[in-house]
Amino acid sequence: MFNNPARNDWMLLAGFSAVILCLPILLEPIGAAYPALMQKFCIFGIFAIGFNILFGLTGYLSFGHAAFLGVGSYAAVWSFKLFTMNAIPAIVMAVFFAAAFAVVVGYVCLRRSGIYFSILTLAFAQMCYNLAYSVLTPLTNGETGLQLTLNDPRVVDGLFFEPSAGLPRVDLFGLPISGGGYAGFYLCAITLIVCFYIAMRIFRSPFGMMLRAIKSNQNRMRYTGFNTRPYLLAAFVISGMYAGLAGGLMAATDPLVGAERMQWTASGEVVLMTILGGVGTLVGPVLGAAVIKYFENIFSSFDDHALHGVLGFLPNSIENPIVSFLSLFVGDGWNLTLGVVFMLIVIFLPGGIMEGLRRIWNLFNRRPGNRDAMPVAQTQPAE
Amino acid sequence: MKFEPMNRRLFLKTSAIAGVGLAAPMHFIRNAYADDMSCNVPTGDTVTFGWNVPLTGAYADEGKDELKAFQLAVKHLNGEGDGGLISVLKPTALKGNGILGKKVAYVHGDSQTKSDAARDGAKRMIERDGAIMISGGSSSGVAVAVQGLCQELGVIFMAGLTHSNDTTGKDKKRYGFRHFFNAYQSGVALAPVIGEAYGKDRRAYHLTADYTWGWTQEESIKNATEALGWQTVAAVRTPLGAADFSQYITPVLNSGADVLILNHYGKDMVNSLTQSVQFGLRDKQVNGKNFEIVVPLFSELMAQGAGDAVKGIYGTSNWDWKLEDDATKAFTKSFGAEYSTPPSQAAHTCYVQALLYADACERAGTFYAPEVIKALEGFEFDGMGNGKTLYRAEDHQCMKSCLVVQGKEDPKDKFDLMQVVKVVPREETTYDAAMFGGELGPSDPKQC
Repeated sequence: MFNNPARNDWMLLAGFSAVILCLPILLEPIGAAYPALMQKFCIFGIFAIGFNILFGLTGYLSFGHAAFLGVGSYAAVWSFKLFTMNAIPAIVMAVFFAAAFAVVVGYVCLRRSGIYFSILTLAFAQMCYNLAYSVLTPLTNGETGLQLTLNDPRVVDGLFFEPSAGLPRVDLFGLPISGGGYAGFYLCAITLIVCFYIAMRIFRSPFGMMLRAIKSNQNRMRYTGFNTRPYLLAAFVISGMYAGLAGGLMAATDPLVGAERMQWTASGEVVLMTILGGVGTLVGPVLGAAVIKYFENIFSSFDDHALHGVLGFLPNSIENPIVSFLSLFVGDGWNLTLGVVFMLIVIFLPGGIMEGLRRIWNLFNRRPGNRDAMPVAQTQPAE
Repeated sequence: MKFEPMNRRLFLKTSAIAGVGLAAPMHFIRNAYADDMSCNVPTGDTVTFGWNVPLTGAYADEGKDELKAFQLAVKHLNGEGDGGLISVLKPTALKGNGILGKKVAYVHGDSQTKSDAARDGAKRMIERDGAIMISGGSSSGVAVAVQGLCQELGVIFMAGLTHSNDTTGKDKKRYGFRHFFNAYQSGVALAPVIGEAYGKDRRAYHLTADYTWGWTQEESIKNATEALGWQTVAAVRTPLGAADFSQYITPVLNSGADVLILNHYGKDMVNSLTQSVQFGLRDKQVNGKNFEIVVPLFSELMAQGAGDAVKGIYGTSNWDWKLEDDATKAFTKSFGAEYSTPPSQAAHTCYVQALLYADACERAGTFYAPEVIKALEGFEFDGMGNGKTLYRAEDHQCMKSCLVVQGKEDPKDKFDLMQVVKVVPREETTYDAAMFGGELGPSDPKQC
């Protein structure tokens, strides 16, 4: 199976899996090797991969993807509350409800394309957010968020064993998923690898080719006799299922869900992740997700204290101005740094981090006659 | 790439990869610790606290002040600075040389006034930085979320600014402790004062921040004022962090209400109060009476934000730097010396929480969480600015006096915006611990 053109894909999958499974070692030097953050890397990686199946392949920019994430999370937490603390049924429920919801939203929104589609999805997501925030309070517990409580029924668990004192943890047949520890991370990591594999298959399949064709010229597709709507809807639902899966995992590793998970900023975040990493690439969205989550969690915790520690070797007269300048960009200024990084990447590397990596790669591997491999930033019309 | 049919070689390869993948996590699950260890008990010569405060969002001002107070508390615990309240706390086991001989270090994070971000931050502090105690929070929604997490991970949570009844009521946890007062106590303290000022025959209109704190405060104030004989015309929920309240204020004018009760805090309260005043509500006459505005939970920081709008407005406060006791003077002095502003009530409660936790560790003689919890439960102390105070064992809520305050008509400077109208004694604000339901849960140690 290694002697066909798909060999590179297998290499990619193997490399990707190795990197993901070794994250606890690889991330140690940059201070991100703790389960909670690595779980977030994987979960948002899944979210971004799913988003990229829609945006990267069909060019349909959904601005409401966080709604599916939220629906998945709520479904999973309700599964914990009503049935069992096992993670599998919760994740299945999360994916199922997200898919069902995506069918409804997709059916309505995909009647339009371009900016209208974006606005429609945004409106849907904002509607969901407001519903979760106030109208559906009995179902979502509003702004406070849906939590597990001691007097939840948990009917399936109740059949098999006596409830222990205190809240139970989410488990996977005895392995504790929530409450810290590496088991939760490895569940997310393996799910991410599976999702990556599925995405790869979709990218390389005739179905993926159809989606690309829709992106390059939908009208021509129609003239040749294809009905594009089912393809689009399928892509939208798959992408929604990925988001639901991410939401389910998020609830499994930390069984609490608040409405802010569905806010438009959360939807915008996944767009940023995908663009930052590289639209339409396989690995890019995962990289983008990791970069953004790293900024959010690690950069926001730096302060003057830490800066003084790093720059302590400089004489005071130089150190102090530098620290006071840099402190604008760390701590609560992490958003500013992210904005600057994002701008630089969009301006100089329109293909995202992946384009940067490819350029570096080509710099060292330039062979004569291989000029075609140089990536050219492909400008996409805004449709 | 084609979908290859499954053959024996492919099956073997796939299952080998899957096997390695599944076995890898076992390598990383840490060995169980000895029996007397709870999560993150320090083994080196430092002990790490985690400050999880909002530096962005609707409660950012309070969060920044809280962080200052925490940093000051760490200084004092390590024996630097003037020692602050350590010398005034009675009884005290603190020696001003760290805790149990270990230096205190701290880490902090931005909770963004969002549950998810706050839980992420707390997890970072616990899992990566080895924090043994988490404190902070300027929103009850966030406090409840982080408290739940701390219970799950077995790390003590010393709640900062959180005023909802749920924090030590419906959602109370064995690992969570609150020094700040709550909405019920606000209602009990405030009702007699506004009843006297505005009369027994009033019609109230509530605007309420739409989350756990707003709901419980609305309920508590409603109950307290209705007991006075007031009527409640309507209670409208507003989203947290809304910048523009005009759409909510306009209906108030035509509702026939003559008192507006703003269950808002932080920037929300600054905006809603300023806009209500700009709409001319306070110059109105309704039902033959002057239209009044009440802000049940009030703070100096918000008064600074709202400027002239706060003049004459009644509210309650956990603590105020203008009180006359020794503890208040000592704290205001050392906070002022460090940051050249007087401390807010948020800063005060966070500082006190840090000291109380440290003191409990000293008294327990260990950092082992179940023992520290025992040391805090039922602890009676004095000299923290609120008179004699009890950390009630049944719900982990502090029983102490609280204040009714009013916006000053002619402030001297921007720190002198509120005057204390009445100090409501502990006897009056004490309530039945079982009133709000909820269950503390077990205190068994967790390995993390």
